[in-house]
Amino acid sequence: MRYLPKSESERRAMLDACGVSSPEELFAHLPEGVRLNRPLNLAPGISEYEIVEYFRSRAAECATGYASFLGAGVYHHFRPVLVDTVVSRGEFLTSYTPYQAEIAQGTLTTIFEFQTMICQLTGMDVANASMYDGSTAVPEAAMMAVRATGKGRVLIAKSVHPEYREVLATYAKHQGMPVVEFGYIAESGNLDLEDLERQMDPLTGAVIIQTPNFFGIVEQVKAAAEIAHRHGALLVVVFTEAVSLGLLEPPAEADIVAGELQSFAISPSYGGPYAGIIATKGKYIRQMPGRLVGQTTDSRGNRAFCLTLSTREQHIRREKATSNICTNQALIALMATVFMTVYGKQGLRELAEQNLAKAHYLAGKLKPRFCGKFFNEFVVRAEGKSPEEINKALLKKKIIGGLPLGRFYPELADCTLLCATEMTKRADMDALAEVQA
Amino acid sequence: MIKKVTNHLSQNEALLFERSSPGKKAYQLPELDIPAVDAAEALGAENVRQEIAGFPEVSEVEALRHFTRLSTWNYAIDYGMYPLGSCTMKYNPRINEVVARTEGLAWAHPYQPESLSQGCMQVMACLEAALAEICGMDAVTLQPAAGAHGELTGILLIRALLEKRGNPRLKILIPDSAHGTNPATAAIAGYAVENIKSSETGGVDLTALEQLVTGDVAALMVTNPNTLGVFENNIVRVAEILHKKGAMLYMDGANMNALVGIARPGDFGVDVMHLNLHKTFSTPHGGGGPGAGPVAVKKVLEPFLPTPRLKRSGRRLAFDYKRKRSIGRVKAYYGNFGVLVRALAYIQAHGGPGLRNATMDAVLNAVYVRKALESYYDLPYQSPNMHEVVFSDDRQAKLGVRTGDIAKRLIDYGFHPYTVSFPMIVHGALMIEPTETEGKLEIDSFIDAMISIAHEIETDPQMVKNAPYNTRTSRVDEVTAARKPVLRWKPA
Repeated sequence: MRYLPKSESERRAMLDACGVSSPEELFAHLPEGVRLNRPLNLAPGISEYEIVEYFRSRAAECATGYASFLGAGVYHHFRPVLVDTVVSRGEFLTSYTPYQAEIAQGTLTTIFEFQTMICQLTGMDVANASMYDGSTAVPEAAMMAVRATGKGRVLIAKSVHPEYREVLATYAKHQGMPVVEFGYIAESGNLDLEDLERQMDPLTGAVIIQTPNFFGIVEQVKAAAEIAHRHGALLVVVFTEAVSLGLLEPPAEADIVAGELQSFAISPSYGGPYAGIIATKGKYIRQMPGRLVGQTTDSRGNRAFCLTLSTREQHIRREKATSNICTNQALIALMATVFMTVYGKQGLRELAEQNLAKAHYLAGKLKPRFCGKFFNEFVVRAEGKSPEEINKALLKKKIIGGLPLGRFYPELADCTLLCATEMTKRADMDALAEVQA
Repeated sequence: MIKKVTNHLSQNEALLFERSSPGKKAYQLPELDIPAVDAAEALGAENVRQEIAGFPEVSEVEALRHFTRLSTWNYAIDYGMYPLGSCTMKYNPRINEVVARTEGLAWAHPYQPESLSQGCMQVMACLEAALAEICGMDAVTLQPAAGAHGELTGILLIRALLEKRGNPRLKILIPDSAHGTNPATAAIAGYAVENIKSSETGGVDLTALEQLVTGDVAALMVTNPNTLGVFENNIVRVAEILHKKGAMLYMDGANMNALVGIARPGDFGVDVMHLNLHKTFSTPHGGGGPGAGPVAVKKVLEPFLPTPRLKRSGRRLAFDYKRKRSIGRVKAYYGNFGVLVRALAYIQAHGGPGLRNATMDAVLNAVYVRKALESYYDLPYQSPNMHEVVFSDDRQAKLGVRTGDIAKRLIDYGFHPYTVSFPMIVHGALMIEPTETEGKLEIDSFIDAMISIAHEIETDPQMVKNAPYNTRTSRVDEVTAARKPVLRWKPA
């Protein structure tokens, strides 16, 4: 087999050195009852050519050649060529977590740069080396806020990504962390700040909002922060569309920012792998989950980096750790790092401006359901037909329409969430508008 | 003597922020095919930021050189043996990278219609079936993002089942040889942790277990083979003791590389387990992720698996969201699909018989290393080992050289160190896992290095304590890093 680098004579020599006559003998100590006495019921191995063919055939059963208006947490942005060039280097691809700093300065330096750029984007003091994704960063941020305040109740806006809220519910259930939702304003799609104020109580440790929210609307971070802080809770600000940070004021009033970087050159890949982040104010560093890279020197006095503050982590603290997280998303975070480098200060802004322009062009042809300010996504009400019927008609034109919202918001069952990015073409928007309007 | 490596030039490189100069670009966007929009008007002036202060501005060639230069500062499997015990650092076949980038798969949006996602769903269904067969289990969820995430999913499943039976119970038992994620997971799932001391042979102590398994115990989390690389010979009896008291057996599948095709956890009494696709199934570690941590269960736990579940309706696959007893979601969408593609490609390349051969070579390599080194390093547990072997620094410590020092010296010989100081039940552990993708030449050269270091310690222990010498970065001051954390770059 091509992945096993031994000739028969080498294998024989090694078996001899071990004092056994066959590989099976190496397992002779296993109790009789536990051994599998038949071959695995899996097909025999196949060649590279056949593997490529198999996955090409599967890909052909999926959408190719369609224009898409789906966003809702996963966005079609162009992936600069340099991204795959860099992450395909074996030194990044096939290395382990950088515990041995002397021979892992490549990974450590890129993570330090990543942490810095996430701070610059979000207005926070410190960011970790990445989380699994945005959805799991939310419960981690909630647990962090609860630890920091000593108050267990969590308030989360209904306009946070519905699947993120589901993940929070799963995590919170057994930790004595009641989660309560508060509403959005029916006209604007913005946070219902009065509802938030009403639902605040002295036991609330975290208020979680998203901006732009699930409907694409830019939220009032300052006002939410004021309410949360007045009641002694921390404000967690979530984002799913990282490109918006090229243009939007950073959520500097937040105590914790939890987000998803999929927009930064990470393929949609049917839902993962992506990379999440948690960033926070300096005073909460020791409550943070996940890995952190810090700057130091080596014994010759040169600048060097290493994993640090690991006394927060599971391999040291075990059941008293800040989280059970071990793996982060280093290679995916590296994709985002290369993306941020390629676009840089000017490019990320221009990219965000193009997204804004495209979405507003499309919205100009339709009637947005909410009057709140939006970035590259917005909600429209289907007129006459259901969102599902409209999407069916669009498929015939090789267009995947927006996300019908009924599955997450019964009160918006007649609505669709549409997204346009820099990759959305004018002709496709015109074609969609004809069917959708 | 150092044979594997020779020094060569290593490029210096500043941080991106130190290389930046206003106006440099590595991008070009297409001309807008629609009118531009005034951001202040569209978003509200108060919502528009001035600039991203400090963000990099470099050219394309500088960006490429930056990351290329940094990459050469890493060691990698592509350079040679990476014998980190418990981490299963095996060769990462490049075909897996190619197929994961197939357009229809890589650009599939999780909310595109199911009718246009059948290929993705088929990949997932095939992988679920293959993993169930490999583990001897009845059902598999692919949703968890990594091993620890799988552990959390598994323990929540156990809690849900016990709750339905009337009492979720209070405690999870965990051997003192376990990975740190096990107790951290139990705590997040709302359980108290009770440690079980390992027996003299390094396994689960049956007498202790019988005493500890009361009506309060929800489950035992066991790693098999354990972190000494030793198979739990009493595993069937362990399962019986738990089951008799209504408790469950959870298996941490981190060491599944020793069992694939040889023995199946489902056949020896395990109720629920996770797999690390980035270990056993060779998806790349990528410097610390992404991984994937599928969870395999027996039938009785199937109703509680995370939502949605794949189901077949006629020739089509669909997602079933209406599962009343599900523990809920553990992650948005369906799992780390791109990692799942790579794992399935790996399974296809080996095939059923091939996977078994890989397991046999993995164990052969570890036993070979043990035989070659046991007269130079102390072997605290004499039980037969499987895919990894754990020595202690007992002999070398007498001369003041610890496992961490030996590890650093190994770097000078051109190898990545083994796992240092784990498992904790071995004082000064050297945990070595060669994996099946090392050939005889590479392993012999590793063995030579380890023997040479053992001799060096006898003649010049101080020299070993200051290693490494041949790296561009010498020993790193981790104490100062933690005492005065500098976690981001700031302009001078």
